[in-house]
Amino acid sequence: MSAITHKEPNYMGVFWWLLVLTVLEIAVIYMPIAKMAIAILLVSMAISKASLVALYFMHLKFERLTLGLVALSPFLLCLFLILMLTPDIFPH
Amino acid sequence: MSEAAVMHAGAEPQESPLTPENWGKLGMWLFLAGDAMSFGCLIVGYGILRHASSNWPVPREVLGINLTAFMTFLLIISSVTMVLSLSAIQNGDRRKFQKFLGLTILGGLIFLGCQAYEWTHLITHRLPEVGLSFSTHLFATTFFILTGFHGMHVTGGVIYNTCVLAAVSRGRYGAKHVEIAGLYWHFVDLVWILIFTFVYLL
Repeated sequence: MSAITHKEPNYMGVFWWLLVLTVLEIAVIYMPIAKMAIAILLVSMAISKASLVALYFMHLKFERLTLGLVALSPFLLCLFLILMLTPDIFPH
Repeated sequence: MSEAAVMHAGAEPQESPLTPENWGKLGMWLFLAGDAMSFGCLIVGYGILRHASSNWPVPREVLGINLTAFMTFLLIISSVTMVLSLSAIQNGDRRKFQKFLGLTILGGLIFLGCQAYEWTHLITHRLPEVGLSFSTHLFATTFFILTGFHGMHVTGGVIYNTCVLAAVSRGRYGAKHVEIAGLYWHFVDLVWILIFTFVYLL
């Protein structure tokens, strides 16, 4: 089992990062900056938080490439979905 | 028994080169990948409908974020207690394992209670105040479908974790099963992190 063949991650460290990013997310929505900048910051922080959970809590960082590819496959589908729907999002 | 047969009996079973990890974990990852596609489609659909709408309300003004921020905090904490329960059972500390997995289950139950309160408040007070309902505006429709689908997953996770807690306590399950249950619970947390941003904050 991979979970017992690698050194245990610093789970509390990951927790504090998740907490700080959540607080920052809430702070960002009240910042007097452009809407687009807020959206970019929020999405970046959400992806960072999701990555922390996947990499450390789900141990993806210590797994083989096979599982990494399985985990990435839904994102490819979402990207495909967005591309296919682009004509509807931005009509001529 | 021949020497070769003795050696064969004592050897680890040969794993398929396509599945070097154990089967249960690979199975859970494949399930989660399929489930992530469902959530991905719902979130992308939400984004596209919102983009196409001319009168989409500002979500945080309708929904409020105080309770949801607490719910996010709760799921993050429950993810931490889940990994701590795995760590405990891997170190053979069954008592600590039971304590941390019990806290994880409790976190899930409180989350569900908060969601039930939020839904009730929205349906009976907040949405009628702003002239929205499940059937009259896609904002409410997509909100209830997305958060309801996630809430069903949390309910499933609480039941799953309770079964694992009982089975490990009886000595029928071990660390391997806790790790697989943990994957599911962390996935539920991960999806909520995305829902919190895309549905409540953006």
